[in-house]
Amino acid sequence: MEREAAAQRRRLGGFLALLALLLGVAGLAAGSDGWSWRVLLDPDAALIVGQIRAPRTVGAWLTGALLALAGAVAQGLFRNPLADPYLLGSAAGASLGVVIVLAAAALGGHAIGLATADTLSRFGLVSAAFIGALGGVMLTLALAAGAQQTTRLLLAGVVVGVVLGACSDMLTTLAPEALQGKQTFMLGTTGFLGWDSVVVLGGGLLATLPLAWRLARALDALTLGEDTARTLGLPLARLRAALVTVLALATGVAVSQAGLVAFVGLVSPHLVRRFAPGPQGWMLLASAATGGALLLGADVLARSLIAPQELPVGVLTAVLGGGYLLWLLHRRGVR
Amino acid sequence: MPGEAGERTMSAIKQVAVFALLSAMAATAAAQVELRDARGRSSTWTTPPARIVSMVPSITEGLCALGACAKLVGTDRYSNWPESVKALPKLGGLDDAQVERIVGLKPDVVLAAPSARAVGRLEALGIRVLVLEAKTHADVERSLTTLARLVGQPAEATLLWAAIQRDLKAATARVPAALRGQRVYFEIASAPYGAGAASFIGETLAQMGLGNALPPELGPFPKLNPEYVVRVQPDIVMATRRAVDEMPRRPGWDRLRALQMQHSCGFDAERYDMLVRPGPRLGEAAQTLADCLIAIDERDRRAQQDNGAKAPTR
Repeated sequence: MEREAAAQRRRLGGFLALLALLLGVAGLAAGSDGWSWRVLLDPDAALIVGQIRAPRTVGAWLTGALLALAGAVAQGLFRNPLADPYLLGSAAGASLGVVIVLAAAALGGHAIGLATADTLSRFGLVSAAFIGALGGVMLTLALAAGAQQTTRLLLAGVVVGVVLGACSDMLTTLAPEALQGKQTFMLGTTGFLGWDSVVVLGGGLLATLPLAWRLARALDALTLGEDTARTLGLPLARLRAALVTVLALATGVAVSQAGLVAFVGLVSPHLVRRFAPGPQGWMLLASAATGGALLLGADVLARSLIAPQELPVGVLTAVLGGGYLLWLLHRRGVR
Repeated sequence: MPGEAGERTMSAIKQVAVFALLSAMAATAAAQVELRDARGRSSTWTTPPARIVSMVPSITEGLCALGACAKLVGTDRYSNWPESVKALPKLGGLDDAQVERIVGLKPDVVLAAPSARAVGRLEALGIRVLVLEAKTHADVERSLTTLARLVGQPAEATLLWAAIQRDLKAATARVPAALRGQRVYFEIASAPYGAGAASFIGETLAQMGLGNALPPELGPFPKLNPEYVVRVQPDIVMATRRAVDEMPRRPGWDRLRALQMQHSCGFDAERYDMLVRPGPRLGEAAQTLADCLIAIDERDRRAQQDNGAKAPTR
């Protein structure tokens, strides 16, 4: 039984690696003129493929991996299959950060001073989203008085999400010019990922994945229930704080570069659980690889389906991941 | 003495060469243009750009009005005037610009509005971006001047702006005397958002000698409580045709005297686009407003005549 499960895991691992490779190649070929290999021989290949498609491809995989890692951590931490990376106020915080920067230009001279508006616009959307995401989670932690109680943490996350969401809605009411930028951010976009984004995303994954791996044993203990975990002598509050940090960092880095890409974080751990369940350490790694493949696949489709136009990548992740999950559920129900 | 003659010829050639070189340098110095964009960043242009991408509809219009339409190689998805730009590649909106396609078009410059993430990405890819702002009449004049200098036709901007001002004055003169100073409510979105006195539409209305139903302290495009509009009782209501038709069905709006008296202007989509774009068609927009005001005035007079005709029979 255990040997069969291990073989299953190996198969999924191999499949995900192969998928990443194939999609990576597809990512270099899919572009604004649909599928074409000719551009690789073009004199502009260095620019179009080297500076645009390659970082976008790598960046999409990394973003998906970060979100799925955060999703797996969230689902393990809260022992709830509905948990996703945006649970603890990070999404609302990041949107608020983005809206503040977008609205700054519009509100300049009216509600706020021109100098402030200028500083805010210089600050940039990326850093605003990152700081907003971390700020949202910190606010949640403060409201929940630390990570002592899971329910309290969840509730605080919901409240922070609602309140910060209301704040950004109010700002867009005062500065409707910010609406379109906000919508783009909320849909998620992989179109602006460059090598600098890849460095940030890669750094984020390098920082969070080993930490999550080290915390995986605590997550394993948590699956047995909090009381059992406590009797095993685990410092639950500290571990939970560390897990929330991983969650916030991974989510913050991902959304700062690509916006609130939907569903990858929620659906990836489910897919792994369905095909090759295993200990939490495996879950974290395999979820990350699944998320990477899912978002990269969605990105390749987003570029090529209606080329030269583009679909919002968040719409495709929801359709792909959600549709697949529904199909799985349906099949399981029929059996 | 052939040697001496040869030397003289040589020195003459040298002189000519030096002169040619100097004049060439002077020419490039004259052609070199220093521009400052809306971010306050200055840039130097030695030759006018031959391939231009515009990501803002009003800038697209400005460029075409300056006679540089042929240099456009792509626009954002909203640019739809003049007719010729509809055939150009559509490169998304400012916030979801299609970076790869823009780069693939190899533009010498991309024209954009402030606060677009695409600007940073394009610049990182080595594409020159000029950020232009168009929120007020003064912005429009400034943007047109910058555009005209960019394409190497600095005089065109002065001519164009003069034409816009001429249209504005003509439109102002055409405003019927009975409607001067009347307070206009110009709706830009049905939430409802109105055009305040601080907006460029408000500026146009003020220049035409009309009042604004919204005070300047509300800012350029305030989101209003629908009740506020009913309380303010604007003298004239302006919006898209569809919005005007639907207004009486909004709670309490059937009591708007402007609607009851048909003191309303409903514009079709094309005209409305022109009215809400701070671009080179500002003057034409004012003329459109004047057309509507004249129509209102004529309706009023006809109604009065009808009443006058009816009165003796009673």
